[in-house]
Amino acid sequence: MKKTFKMQELDCANCAAKMENAISKIEGVSKASISFMAQKLTIETERESLDEIMQEVVKAVKKIDSNCTVVL
Amino acid sequence: MTKRQKKTLYRIILSAVLLIAVGYIPVTGWVKILCYMVPYLIIGWDVLWKAIRNIAHGQVFDENFLMAIATVGAFAIGEYPEAVFVMLFYQVGELFQNIAVGKSRESIAALMDIRPDYANVERDGELVQVDPEEVAVGDIIVVKPGEKIPLDGVILEGASSLNTMALTGESMPRDVMTGDSVISGCINLTGLLQVKVSKEFGESTVAKILELVENSSSVKAKSENFITRFARWYTPSVVICAALLGLIPPLFVGGWANWIHRALIFLVISCPCALVISVPLSFFGGIGGASRCGILVKGANYLEALAHSQIVVFDKTGTLTKGTFRVAQVNAQAEEEKLLFLAALAESYSDHPISESIKAAWGKPLDKSQVEQVEEQSGFGICATVEGHRVLVGNGRLMEKYGIACDAQDYNGTVIHVAEDDTYLGNLVIRDEVKEDAKDAIKGLKAAGIAKTVMLTGDKKSVGQMVGSELGLDEVRAELLPEHKVEEVERLLQEKTGKGKLVFVGDGINDAPVLSRADIGIAMGALGSDAAIEAADVVLMDDQPSKILQAIRISQKTRGIVVQNIVFALTIKFLVMILGAFDIATMWEAVFADVGVSVIAILNATRALRVPK
Repeated sequence: MKKTFKMQELDCANCAAKMENAISKIEGVSKASISFMAQKLTIETERESLDEIMQEVVKAVKKIDSNCTVVL
Repeated sequence: MTKRQKKTLYRIILSAVLLIAVGYIPVTGWVKILCYMVPYLIIGWDVLWKAIRNIAHGQVFDENFLMAIATVGAFAIGEYPEAVFVMLFYQVGELFQNIAVGKSRESIAALMDIRPDYANVERDGELVQVDPEEVAVGDIIVVKPGEKIPLDGVILEGASSLNTMALTGESMPRDVMTGDSVISGCINLTGLLQVKVSKEFGESTVAKILELVENSSSVKAKSENFITRFARWYTPSVVICAALLGLIPPLFVGGWANWIHRALIFLVISCPCALVISVPLSFFGGIGGASRCGILVKGANYLEALAHSQIVVFDKTGTLTKGTFRVAQVNAQAEEEKLLFLAALAESYSDHPISESIKAAWGKPLDKSQVEQVEEQSGFGICATVEGHRVLVGNGRLMEKYGIACDAQDYNGTVIHVAEDDTYLGNLVIRDEVKEDAKDAIKGLKAAGIAKTVMLTGDKKSVGQMVGSELGLDEVRAELLPEHKVEEVERLLQEKTGKGKLVFVGDGINDAPVLSRADIGIAMGALGSDAAIEAADVVLMDDQPSKILQAIRISQKTRGIVVQNIVFALTIKFLVMILGAFDIATMWEAVFADVGVSVIAILNATRALRVPK
């Protein structure tokens, strides 16, 4: 399953790269990509549901930049 | 400017004014520190706050932290104006970066403003505006002049010209009339159109294009991945160097303040932001600029790879040639007029492309009642009776079948022989036309550094060779079946050297396997063809070969900008670091190496949006 999420207030390209790295390491995520320019997060997973993963994702994002939010 | 950007701007101005004013106040000691604290906190409170909060989260080497340490350190060693200035300049850089990125997002969003807002549908005798997603296949929609066509369909009534600029980059309007199919995203210029919808919104051209463009930014270029990996070790290493520089030498030679000052210079330079932002910004601009010309690139990696194109392989029909036939030569034994007339008459009932070309060559109306007993012999031609005479129109085998001796010369094209009763009248040579801009495109590709151009075709050798020499191609492979085309591409893939890439250009209809086998597959004439959009890495909305050249030029320009930015930023940073270590550079140079370089790199990156001619 592949899903794209909009991100808000993502205003540092290096943070985006760090978030991408952190999200890729979350269990169940087979591929993650953040486009700083498009302010978008694309996640691929083998699992049926993304709900659990997304909780981890939000945590990882907040940890790097607490202003930034993922629109679920 | 957004509200947040304006607020930052006011803070910058206020802080700058205060910084200058404080310089004129004759105070010393603690009062002086407190005086400088005012402009410092005005401009830097958020950076300090973020730094503290991020440390709590375990994020050590983030830019806020580095800036906080550098400026607090400067305060500690008594460099008050420097501390304020570094923070001030850092915020100027951030603001600028924010605005530049926002602007380039806006301009690309504007380019891709093809999403229709509504569709006019007749409900209970009244015209109502509905969401295009609610319209079903088979519904009839009305498109007024000035409106966007919301869904793909066929014109039931009306004629107009359409502006396809947003889709193809072509400024010439396209004329349409009843019976023609129309594509969503075009703007209706002149007449009122009634359109029967043939695809629902999700399947329509507009939706497909938007999806493609939106997804393109998630596929990253190699250089972008390289730079983010680089940034991951760059910052910690510079920070470690700073720590060593600030702590080790003074143990032996003393002069703590001076060495710490040198270390702070390192901290200011250690932000990798300029690099990390300028690479994706360049590709984003390049992809945006390309889509304005009707060139859709599915990812930054393809745009990057295109710059290394070494071998360009073309399909012939529909790519380099128009795929339409034209009578190129009339070889009559006696009367040319009679030959053409009889051929056209015999073919009058057929709508085969070759028949159409013969009728077009005759160009006058035909009285079909003059023809009787038309018999189409598949694989041979036509046998008909015209005013009592038997007329044969077809290939050499047809003549052979009826025992008529014919001209067996090879004419580089499809040869149609004509005979009346037992007399051979002559033949017509029919050829596919080469596209107007094909020759210039090939020449341009050579100039752009393409080592080899190859054409693959299922057509006869003589036909292929003729097109090849007319266009100046390096190699022609003819009489290929579709599966042989894949073999040819694999053979050519062996030929490329180093980083070189193989590009295949086709119409995307029958060549999906070849498109995917090549390093970069380009499909052209994709307007209205879903198959092509799916199969290719780069999609040309119209069918001009010159767009291939333009795509490669855009990619070379973008790639150039990326390389310039990486080299420029790294050189300046390392230079200032070395100067800083030897106490030649000050914080002022360091803040230039950080913020100044990122401003210049961003300005350079925004050039990518402008398309080279």
